[in-house]
Amino acid sequence: MARQHVTTEINGDTYEVLCEVDQTLLDVLRDELNMTGTKEGCGTGDCGACSVMLNDRLVCSCLVLAAEADGAKVETIEGMAPHEGLHPLQQKFLEHAALQCGICTPGFLVAAKALLDKNPNPTETEVRYWLAGNLCRCTGYDKIIRAVMDAAEELRAS
Amino acid sequence: MDQKLEHVGKRPIRPDGVDKVTGRAKFGADFNLPGQLHGRILRSPHPHARLVSIDTSEAEKLSGVKAVVTRDDFNDQEMKLVPAGELMVNYHDLVRNIMAREKVLYQGHAVAAVAATRASIARRALKLIKVEYEILPHVLDVEEAMSEDAPLLHDWMHTVGVEPRPEKPSNIAKRVEFGHGDVDKGFAEADVVIERTFNTQPVHQGYIEPHACVASMSEDGQSEVWCTTQGHFQVRGFCADLLGLDQSSIRVTASEIGGGFGGKTAVYLEPVALALSRKSNRPVKLVMSRSEVFLASGPAPGAKVQVKIGATRDGKITAGQAVLKYQAGGFQGSPVQPGAMCAFAPYDLENVQAIGFDVVTNRPKTAAYRAPGAPISEFAVESVIDELAKKLDIDPLDFRLKNAAREGSKSSYGPKFGPIGLVQTLEKAKAHDHYQASLGKDQGRGVASGFWFNAGGDTCVNLTVNGDGTATVVVGTPDIGGSRASMAMMAAEELNLPLDKVKAVIGDTAALGFNFVTGGSRATFASGMATVNAAKAAKAEMCRRAAKIWDIPEEAVEWEDGSVKPAGENAGEFEPMSLKEIAALAPKTGGPIVGMSQINAQGAAPSFGTHIVDLEVDRETGRVTILRYTVLQDAGRAIHPAYVEGQFQGGAAQGIGWALNEEYIYNEDGLLENPNFLDYRIPVASDLPMIDTVIIEEPNPRHPYGVRGVGETPIVPPMAAIANALENALGIRFTDLPMSPPKVLAALDA
Repeated sequence: MARQHVTTEINGDTYEVLCEVDQTLLDVLRDELNMTGTKEGCGTGDCGACSVMLNDRLVCSCLVLAAEADGAKVETIEGMAPHEGLHPLQQKFLEHAALQCGICTPGFLVAAKALLDKNPNPTETEVRYWLAGNLCRCTGYDKIIRAVMDAAEELRAS
Repeated sequence: MDQKLEHVGKRPIRPDGVDKVTGRAKFGADFNLPGQLHGRILRSPHPHARLVSIDTSEAEKLSGVKAVVTRDDFNDQEMKLVPAGELMVNYHDLVRNIMAREKVLYQGHAVAAVAATRASIARRALKLIKVEYEILPHVLDVEEAMSEDAPLLHDWMHTVGVEPRPEKPSNIAKRVEFGHGDVDKGFAEADVVIERTFNTQPVHQGYIEPHACVASMSEDGQSEVWCTTQGHFQVRGFCADLLGLDQSSIRVTASEIGGGFGGKTAVYLEPVALALSRKSNRPVKLVMSRSEVFLASGPAPGAKVQVKIGATRDGKITAGQAVLKYQAGGFQGSPVQPGAMCAFAPYDLENVQAIGFDVVTNRPKTAAYRAPGAPISEFAVESVIDELAKKLDIDPLDFRLKNAAREGSKSSYGPKFGPIGLVQTLEKAKAHDHYQASLGKDQGRGVASGFWFNAGGDTCVNLTVNGDGTATVVVGTPDIGGSRASMAMMAAEELNLPLDKVKAVIGDTAALGFNFVTGGSRATFASGMATVNAAKAAKAEMCRRAAKIWDIPEEAVEWEDGSVKPAGENAGEFEPMSLKEIAALAPKTGGPIVGMSQINAQGAAPSFGTHIVDLEVDRETGRVTILRYTVLQDAGRAIHPAYVEGQFQGGAAQGIGWALNEEYIYNEDGLLENPNFLDYRIPVASDLPMIDTVIIEEPNPRHPYGVRGVGETPIVPPMAAIANALENALGIRFTDLPMSPPKVLAALDA
């Protein structure tokens, strides 16, 4: 199959990939670049486990062709923690026991960060609707919502 | 249990947490090997057909294809029943479920598999495989499948549990019956008798991580498997038997597991990946797509249930009777037996009978799903209980309290209950401010109780005291919901170590003796018991080492507050030695200090729960919104309360999905119309309120810290609680799940 040359910036570093034309951004992250922090739960944009930022927009990377990421800026879970310690959202997810199995966690964190970057003071309802595209089957969302609200408060205070 | 506890009952950050919030944690599909091939599975497009021929020659010729396997690559198996989670697996059926043999029995049934250098090549190769099917009539409905003239799935199947054994084959695999007393006499004594029929649809476990594995068999027949599973020892056993290998030649490592809920106690991919690896001499990776997960794994069965309960005017239940017909899917083994055992478990009844039928249909073979069988039967019973309470004009919690099972009650499935916490859940529910809160227009409140047995079983744990005074605990039950935290906490408690000095890891199948699955809510109970035993063994060994150092008898040394000290007549003779000091001297006193525990954990104790739900109905759309939800459940002892709450909340959320939206929808051709998360809608964050929890602690006397299992009970009450709330909101009794907007709207318009 014909290959396409794609150059993209991921978490601040430049990567070049030869991808198949029907490979998604998710396929390239996971299978070609071995960045497996971004998860595949459905491949149809319904579960949010593959959430990444593409040019500052929250997307399901399973719905983006790798070729579309040429020249783009991508941010994944692997880039969320600062050089030292964790991002407040990551820390709050741990403190609130907001994960059980953890497969949905990277997607939730990326999506929640996108929300707080946009809206630092969301209501519970706003958090619930923003995260409605991310499926979690373990927690019933209670502790996830609390973690996001708590992280928002901490980020506002800092 | 009276001692002051340093760790148990606290809420530390889980040890595997950082890897999971940074993307480092390796789940099933995150594992890769050099030279690995990508596998794909060809699946049946028909619900029922004879496999006339399979021609793989064109696929094999495609450049990049390294192996193709079909039924011919697996030896046939005898009828042999092996426990798999809470259910039994029949090897004769298992080999046919992982790769169809004579027939395909459901849409999505595996027919062939390909391994190629790239996934895209494997996908193309599937299209080159020519399969000739002789299409047969199919049957989906459980009662149709039971009828005389139904299409027969297996011509060798004669109903078990019926005397004499039927001569004629049928789709009824098994009949089971539980109970005691005389139900006819009980109904004759009743002032009120209510009988209802209920319908439920199959629902999927819905773990967000699809099944995935990498298998590698070397030229000398030695194999390694990495997979997402609830029981890697079981994967090893199944693979060995299905492929004719020695268990010692296969080493299975459980990856991080992205949810299982029972569904990952079954085996689908691993034997196929190993067969492909054997043929290609290369590692092979197989990952299911989401539609494959829906079509070919899980689900929990749909069922038809009749329940009849009678009571006297003053609210004493005189008899309970249930007839349960569960869809097993293409092969026998629905959870109708536990369903029948659980149906009336919350009640102390003189006369009770539950009869169950395990019925094959042209649907995917069912797998365990959280309290397998119980949510269906208890939904039906708890709905009728509520209706009876209303008819007798008794508060539904009071009615349950009047009839509740207590310590000493003879359970509906046989044994007498030990100390149980059902009454506390009911009393605390009654006193909870949720139960008193006011309701608005089109709103209703419902309650229901639930039960699950919980399990023990084969378990093995190794605990090593390292040279620097830290400890490593190797556990053999995959950690799905935070159990490594609980194990580390219990070990730290026993050894009087700070929690960050104890690390719990999941060992592979070569590192430990056999461990049964993480299932049956047994991990914290059984692995916890083995962890405590292993820590005690390590402490005893450290006492022996100190005796050696001090040159006094072993019996004259005791462990106290994290140190060994001389006791008896030697008391005060020597300075106590800390764990760290003993550990440092280990090479001079006899070598490494390891505590081991190999047990068949006995004494698992049931967990009861009671749920309260408030909801509101939108009369325009039929949509039901959950306004408030409270779970009250007996945990025995919560080792890490945050993860106990998490089990309560997660189970309740799954039950809410089961009640309101989730169902397998088939068309008349027997094809699944919603094998994706868009059309099979599980609850999302905006569907739910916060879920309040009340942890009740009635300790299990058979566990060193009082642990009962907690994971399964919370999925049992929601369906009935919601149906009961809807009845209170609308005056309409719903008996068919899910109570989705079209059904609610139709009921409102009727």
